[in-house]
Order: sequence, then C-alpha cells, then structure tokens
Amino acid sequence: MRITQGCFSFLPDLTDDQITRQVQYCLGNGWAVNIEFTDDPHPRNSFWDMWGLPMFDLRDAAGVMMELNECRKVYGDRYIRMSAYDSSHGWESLRLSFIVNRPKDEPGFRLERHEVAGRSVRYTTTSYAVDRPEGRRYG
Amino acid sequence: MDLDAPTTTETVSIREELEAVGIEDVLAQLDRELIGLKPVKTRIREIASLLLIERIRKRMGLTSEAPTLHMSFTGNPGTGKTTVALRIASILHRLGYVRRGQVVSVTRDELVGQYIGHTAPKTKEILKKAMGGVLFIDEAYYLYRPDNERDYGQEAIEILLQVMESQRDDLVVILAGYGDRMDKFFASNPGFRSRIAHHIDFPDYADGELLEIAELMLREMNYKFSRDARAEFIRYIALRKSQPLFSNARSIRNALDRLRLRQANRLVADLDHVMTVDDIRSIEASDVLASRVFARGREAAEN
Repeated sequence: MRITQGCFSFLPDLTDDQITRQVQYCLGNGWAVNIEFTDDPHPRNSFWDMWGLPMFDLRDAAGVMMELNECRKVYGDRYIRMSAYDSSHGWESLRLSFIVNRPKDEPGFRLERHEVAGRSVRYTTTSYAVDRPEGRRYG
Repeated sequence: MDLDAPTTTETVSIREELEAVGIEDVLAQLDRELIGLKPVKTRIREIASLLLIERIRKRMGLTSEAPTLHMSFTGNPGTGKTTVALRIASILHRLGYVRRGQVVSVTRDELVGQYIGHTAPKTKEILKKAMGGVLFIDEAYYLYRPDNERDYGQEAIEILLQVMESQRDDLVVILAGYGDRMDKFFASNPGFRSRIAHHIDFPDYADGELLEIAELMLREMNYKFSRDARAEFIRYIALRKSQPLFSNARSIRNALDRLRLRQANRLVADLDHVMTVDDIRSIEASDVLASRVFARGREAAEN
C-alpha cells in the first residue's frame, strides 16, 4: 500500500528535476530545507531521523540535492522526506513537507480491534513493516 | 556530426547578445572602479567574451562541454582580489554560468575542523552554501600544511577537488593568495592546478595608481585633498611603499582613515572657527604631514 503523507503524495513520484524545483521554491521563500528518513511510516510517527544538520542559509537547490543523493546511498531502502522550515516570526514551523524516496515494497497497515469494557471496540493501526527489527524492515 | 542538422538559431548579432545579458555594464564598472590592473581586466574581458560565444554556440546547437571556470588569483595583499571576485560572480551570473551569483568568502577556519570527523561536514556545509554561486577561498595555501601529515586540511582539499570536478555546473571555486606561496601550494597539490583553468596574476600598483585610488576613495567618502595635501600625499605614498608591511590599496585606505581622524581633530581644536562645507570636506597638508610615516622616513634618512 502506497503511503500518502505530506504534499504531492497522491501524484506519481517526483523526478529529481521536479524535486530540485520544489526545493528551489522553498529556498526562494527563505525556508530552510531539511532531509529526514525513517523506516516506521506510521502516520502518527512524527519523529523521523534527520540526515545531517539542518541546512540554513542555502541559496541553491544543488546543495540539498547533493545531500539527498548521499542520503539515498545510505538509506535508499527507506522513506526519505524533505521538510521546509519557515523561521520567520509568527510562523516558526514547517511550511512544506514531501516524500522524495520510498521503499520498493510497501507492505501497508494492519487494523487491530481491541474489545474493551462494554463490548466497545478500540482501533489501532500498525505497519506490517515494524514487525521486523529496526534497520531490517525493508529490502 | 551531421553538419546539415537543423539548428535552433541561424544568425546572432553579438551586439544584441551583449546588450541582452548586460555584462557590458559590469565590465565598464570594473574599468571605472578599479584603477590599474590592466592584465587582470584584459583577462576578464577574454573570459567574458569566451563565455558569451559559448552561450551563442549553445543556442546554435553547436554543443561543447561546459568550460571549466575555476580560477586562481595571485597577488600581493590589497591588490583587489576580493573585489574582482565579486565582479566575476556578477559577470558569470549574467551570462548564466552560475545560477544565483552569490559569493561565499572563506578561509581555512571555515573549511577545516578541529577533530576527527569535523572537517567533512564543515566543508560540505560551506560548499552547500556556495552552490549556485562562487566560493572564494582566501589564502588557500593554508589548507595544506606539509609539516603536519595528520592535518585535517588534506581532507578538506579532497572534498573540494571532488566537488570541483563533479559539480562544475553548480559552483565556481576561486582560490586566492600571495603569489609565491600559491605556487608552492599548487606544486604540492597538482590536482588543483589541473582543475583550474584561469590563473590570474594581480600586479602591484604604481605610485600614480595609488594616488588615483586614494582620490577615488576620498570622493566616495565626500572628502578631497587640498592642493598642498595632494603633493604631500604623493610623497607619503613613495615613503610608505619603502616601509615594511605595505599592502597596496588596503594601506591607502587605512592611511585615509587616519587622515580623517587627524582632520576631525584639527577642526574640533579650533572652537571659534565658523566652518564652511569646503572646510569640512578638505584635507590639508598638515593632516598628511602629521603621519608617522614621515617621521620614520626622516629617521631612515638620518641613519
């Protein structure tokens, strides 16, 4: 199951050229673009690992793409996303985030039903991928 | 190659092309604002022409590999290396050879780390900031310390070389430094020499050029020499040049700053004097003559 998180996730995967132009758009707005990766794609998992340091003061997307390619070499089998942080007063938060790399095979999520007191049901989603230990979840 | 292949453009007027990119303005500004430096200006004009022709060739479909634009600037302190780097960035930007045209000016400190594993991220961060523009490495020979084989400078050099080769379209690297030490640096790092296409040597300024520079600087600061002061300043330049630690235009700028100081002091000392604009603007011979350079010159003459 193809996961859909962040911008552009219902579109076909962005090509490198398209990623470059999106990143350039972010930089043009003065946002700092960071690269994050994870192998736990649960929608409520907001703690992805950061690749390197946050990249402030960049002018051109080539620098970000250089890091993305490095990251793909190491974590090409996981989810990688770009997030653009707006540090201007009043925003001070993420403005844009989109997935730039995903595993070849995405096993999807299982829905678990817990019967609790009074026969009411509580639902939990779990990614099939996290059944396996960290680092060995994809590929 | 098929010579009859259809091309996108058949004829191009050089004049129109020049006007379209507007580098003529930058070159004219270079001529106006930088005194002397004849060989440097000629070389920059040559590079600009080459890039212009390359641009036209590309439009005509005559593909050739993107030219290597990395440069090295050698010359004594204060000969205008940094200023020229700024102009070059602007020329390259207008011709479309760098996308953003910013200049990131660094020295060894910003590239080389202090412990194992510190250098690579540091160098890469600077490279990322310079992407799409010009990376100006001042006193580049400090990167290489032959006396210490464990020096982290070597690591920075390797990363630089790799990016200079593989991302030629993304950034232009300019290495700058004093002539003799740069020669030694290139001799021990042949990789750099071969990756740099343009070696530009900045000559020292002649006395007359230094005077012109001084007058240009004063004009920009809204000051002027009185006639006597100008004559004394000519003497000042000749004396200062023969003394140690002379760094061309930079020494002149420092001298002018001290002149302003002495002029202000002189004006404030005379409380009852009603000043005109001309008084405030002009620097008198006495301001110049109070310089230590003359005292030292006299000592040298007596000994």
